[in-house]
Amino acid sequence: MSEPNQPPRLLLKGGRVLCPATGRDETADLLLAEGRVAAIGPDLTDPAAQVLACAGKLVTPGLIDLHVHLREPGQEYKEDIASGTAAAAAGGFSAVCAMPNTSPVNDCRAVTEYILGRAREAGSCRVYPVGAISKGLQGELLSEMAELKDAGCVAVSDDGRPMPDSRLLRRAMEYAAGFALPVICHSEDLRLSAGGVMHEGPTATRLGLKGIPAQAEVIAVERDLNLAGLTGARVHIAHVSCAGSVEAVRRAKERGWAVSCETAPHYFSLVDADVGNYDTHRKMNPPLRSPDDRRAVLAGLAEGVIDAVATDHAPHSSLEKLVEFDIAAFGVTGLETSLALVLGLVRQGVLDLGQAIARLTSGPAACLGLPGGRLLVGGPADVTVIDPNLAWSVDPERMRSKSRNTPFAGWELIGRAILTICGGRITHRLTEA
Amino acid sequence: MSLGRHLLGLEGVAAEDISLILDTASSLKEINARPIKKVPTLRGKTVVHFFVEPSTRTRTSFELASKRLSADTVSLSASTSSLTKGETLIDTAKNLEAMGPDLIVIRHSMSGAPHLLAQHIEPSIINAGDGTHEHPTQALLDMLTMRDHFGRLEGLNVSIIGDIAHSRVARSNLIGLNAMGAKVRVCGPRTLLPPFAASLGAEVCDNLDQAIEDADVIMMLRVQKERLDDVLFPSLREYAQRFGLGLRHMRKAKPGAIVMHPGPINRGVEMNPEVADGPWSVILDQVANGVAVRMALLYLLIGAEAK
Repeated sequence: MSEPNQPPRLLLKGGRVLCPATGRDETADLLLAEGRVAAIGPDLTDPAAQVLACAGKLVTPGLIDLHVHLREPGQEYKEDIASGTAAAAAGGFSAVCAMPNTSPVNDCRAVTEYILGRAREAGSCRVYPVGAISKGLQGELLSEMAELKDAGCVAVSDDGRPMPDSRLLRRAMEYAAGFALPVICHSEDLRLSAGGVMHEGPTATRLGLKGIPAQAEVIAVERDLNLAGLTGARVHIAHVSCAGSVEAVRRAKERGWAVSCETAPHYFSLVDADVGNYDTHRKMNPPLRSPDDRRAVLAGLAEGVIDAVATDHAPHSSLEKLVEFDIAAFGVTGLETSLALVLGLVRQGVLDLGQAIARLTSGPAACLGLPGGRLLVGGPADVTVIDPNLAWSVDPERMRSKSRNTPFAGWELIGRAILTICGGRITHRLTEA
Repeated sequence: MSLGRHLLGLEGVAAEDISLILDTASSLKEINARPIKKVPTLRGKTVVHFFVEPSTRTRTSFELASKRLSADTVSLSASTSSLTKGETLIDTAKNLEAMGPDLIVIRHSMSGAPHLLAQHIEPSIINAGDGTHEHPTQALLDMLTMRDHFGRLEGLNVSIIGDIAHSRVARSNLIGLNAMGAKVRVCGPRTLLPPFAASLGAEVCDNLDQAIEDADVIMMLRVQKERLDDVLFPSLREYAQRFGLGLRHMRKAKPGAIVMHPGPINRGVEMNPEVADGPWSVILDQVANGVAVRMALLYLLIGAEAK
């Protein structure tokens, strides 16, 4: 028998096994043993395995979120690695990328190893740390990227503190490319967006709030993509929110540059008018855009110009959100609502089911060259079981995240992860439904 | 009356409610002309004047309005409140609420601050100006002044000149005047016009001469020197030349046109002294009407049910 710390043998019976990366879409059983996929096929049996009935459910590769702020170390009152990964598991994710804007910043081996150590001790999913491009995210000196990669970072990013200096970003991309490290760009022209708190549009004018024009993003996306072309680096554009950015990425891909991008559920679910009367839970950066931008993001997702849906899960406490809109922090949580919102696009006819699952599995895996995102015999036993018809309502008080700043409070959603398995261990099992 | 418990802005306030406020203000004006300018209407009510952003004119006007209706008043400014000690706005407001006021008048430098208060505390809230959002009582006193002069608001051509983008006075006037059937034109350097100005129901005009053609009301807004630091226009000199209102404009203006200004005036910048002090000027009528409009609102929000 297996050792006590070995994952249990699990037999997932009779689900619809859907793996966009391998093209598999069939009713089948899935046997997981020793943290790996042991077999996929009809009528599997294993007397030693715990049997989990999956009839009528979707069995997919474990979902991957490329963009999460776990806040540890430094801001544990908002989130920590235990609560953030528990929220991830509850949302169906078996892996998340952790952004480096912690305190201290993840710009050296010690911080990366601390994050990985905490994830091993207290985590409910795989944590892939993303290192800082510049030391302290100050935009002045490069961090020791090769060592960050050795320590376990899967990419480098200046998320939250976009780099104003094009020359330094060029150097960063060149240097990172030599170590096969992808560069994740938060693309924003800080001079153009300065002082802005929401999208520049009729709603900002109505509310008397300073706007951030979409061009503040598009200009920077164009710059970052062109630097990818110049340097040959693997560049991933974070949180694409507007039509101009989708168009820019489309053209960059046509040119053959090694680029990819993500959007977040709020950009395809909400628009600037949804800020309503100063709802700080709908304040994020980049901001909610116009209806035309939202349509372009949906088209980009359908077309595959947008490779992945990532949440930009950014937990904040009431200290940062229960204040005047101008001084409220940017950011919203997303891990526990993302899957249902993506599945909603299937019901709306925007995506087919395979595309929807791809944007949460193989798509993100390919962006950064992560393991997982597919179901292969011998591969890691990262699996998500989804009830695509389960209706539920978003109650911030019942979320696993420490923070309550979801823009979707009270929404009635359909589709939910009922079981999340990471490395063969059950990390989430829905009991309340 | 469909006017709610608060006046957070003129957005969403129906024309009939605006008329009611103006009618009430007109009938209360007479009190301000009495030798003893005080009635007992709000006796026993407490009004807090919470001015997080400094103000002289609006604050004085509200204080007089409260006192003439016999309300007890307390005034707090940013420097006398605990906001300077790092207390949040909501905490400060909840502390005020615990002392049992009936109404809080708030002035704040950030848009939406009165809405935040209204979501978290019980007393009625009047917005006395929030950031670059709204200044509803100013627009109401402006509309009262126009109505006094022309006998109507419907069909009036109103031109608002100056820094529209940062002006809560302009926003509230646009909303209120549109609701009342007036036609509003805005004019200023494009850097001082709000993006999507047309969505506020404004006709946009680049040229001052065109802007005041056919105008019944010429409303000049203050140009803040801080806007120069933000490089929104090259110099006060050029501003005054292109957008400052002078006698030459008034000679070409529609006969009977009036000139308004919410104050304080930068004489020689947006307006020449001869215009400010000329026969067109109703600037001091605006100030007098301010007290009446604020009395009307206090009465309608917290005094009417006592009758």
